[in-house]
Amino acid sequence: MTKTLVAATVLGLAGVAAGTALAAGPPAPKGAVSISLPGDAGFSFKPGPGVEAAQRYCLTCHSSAYVSTQPLMTQAQWTAEVTKMRAVYGAPIPDDQIAPIAGYLTAAYGKS
Amino acid sequence: MAASRARFLTSAGAALGAAALPRAVMGQIVALPIENGSRPLVAFPQKRALILLTPRPPQLETPMAVFDDGVFTPNDAFFVRWHLAGIPQSVDATTHRINVTGAVQRPLSLSLDELAAMPTVEIAAVNQCSGNSRGLFSPRVAGGQWSNGAMGNARWTGVRLRDILDRAGLAATAKQVQFNGLETPVLSMTPDFKKSLDVDVARGDDVIVAYLMNGAPMPLLNGYPVRLIVPGWYATYWVKMLSDITVLDHVDDNFWMKTAYRIPDTPHANVAPGSTGYPTVPINKMDVRSFITNVADGATLRPEPVVLRGIAFDGGSGIRRVEISTDGGGTWRDAALEQDYGRYSFRRWNARWDAERGAYRLAVRATANDGSTQPATPIWNPSGYMLNTIETYEVTVA
Repeated sequence: MTKTLVAATVLGLAGVAAGTALAAGPPAPKGAVSISLPGDAGFSFKPGPGVEAAQRYCLTCHSSAYVSTQPLMTQAQWTAEVTKMRAVYGAPIPDDQIAPIAGYLTAAYGKS
Repeated sequence: MAASRARFLTSAGAALGAAALPRAVMGQIVALPIENGSRPLVAFPQKRALILLTPRPPQLETPMAVFDDGVFTPNDAFFVRWHLAGIPQSVDATTHRINVTGAVQRPLSLSLDELAAMPTVEIAAVNQCSGNSRGLFSPRVAGGQWSNGAMGNARWTGVRLRDILDRAGLAATAKQVQFNGLETPVLSMTPDFKKSLDVDVARGDDVIVAYLMNGAPMPLLNGYPVRLIVPGWYATYWVKMLSDITVLDHVDDNFWMKTAYRIPDTPHANVAPGSTGYPTVPINKMDVRSFITNVADGATLRPEPVVLRGIAFDGGSGIRRVEISTDGGGTWRDAALEQDYGRYSFRRWNARWDAERGAYRLAVRATANDGSTQPATPIWNPSGYMLNTIETYEVTVA
């Protein structure tokens, strides 16, 4: 009943017929919900040559789990992924860092 | 393909740095049947422990066993998938607004109370990620490496999008309706996540702006306080934390429509690996699928009668038939369909099997009311969308 009255009051100015208000559904959620996300939840890149560049440019937008859960990819495939991250998603990866990052990802998470 | 295999190992660690994970999940690792398939079980806020694909942005998969518990997927077990790491960790439903702008006669800014005062409907519908089962593609493809748990079924309560659009009044030039939520990119150069529907789809009877999920406010990670529901269509359109509805006078050319989430415009979105030059269209309706939910691949059963159970669903025509096989698809017999919660819902089924000693390959195949069914041979496309091969399960009866 309270709900119906509130709805009718809110919508009265909008010119909605009383019948519509009566047909209204259950109350909407109210108030703030706050959560605390766990960040990278303990995931981090494996050590290896080039890991600093991978940390600098890959971890800006996503955790290392995006990399470590991929199938074993070749250097050509990893190069395509790194290039896509720059071209499509705007990762600010300098030209001279593409190869070192792809090399690191291939050595740490890929296949030859 | 042994798609449902998920072995729960008890040893801590593997290559995941489990010592650094939240205590609640120490040592709980799921081994999906794929390369690099180790996943920890992690309880995110408002969620029970789910299969963690990536923590940032959060991507959580529902274990298949959850689908055996009931036709509706509990909110705390529902899968989670975000594209961009800029996710608000606090959202106030009281001050939240849905802005309706663009090619409309009367722009709106609706509070949730105003929304809930409009006529509401409740629809049972499956929400399935476009890339559900991507990890099971062969050859493998890059992308989120899901097994089969990036799906769920819920009762969604909300207001028809059509009623909202009519209140704003579509301009004669309206072509598509674009949806945006509170999720934002980390980098300003990254395309913001927006999705669009043609006006005739957006005005469909069953497209709703939902504020309840299984009768309760939805978890923040599922889009609190309000999300778009597009029954029968893949989850990419079900924009979470919906904040902006923009009516366009053109076909949306933003990255998430023009480049991403496109499928080959071929039968079953199937192309030969490595092929190029085929036309593409935005992904849309789901194809028909079915799963056994109470027997895992690799299971050992006792030599006694067993009731096989599972689920089936499609893109909105409804399920008319589910068949099971114990010889890998050589012979089939009908399963019994359980209660019908509507054409967009999971449909549970069961089939008694008098299991005798031996080795078996169980299989399940659904047929939808539109006549579509599941292929025995896997499809392939480079983005890993729309896999719906007949699922098989190797079991031993001993």
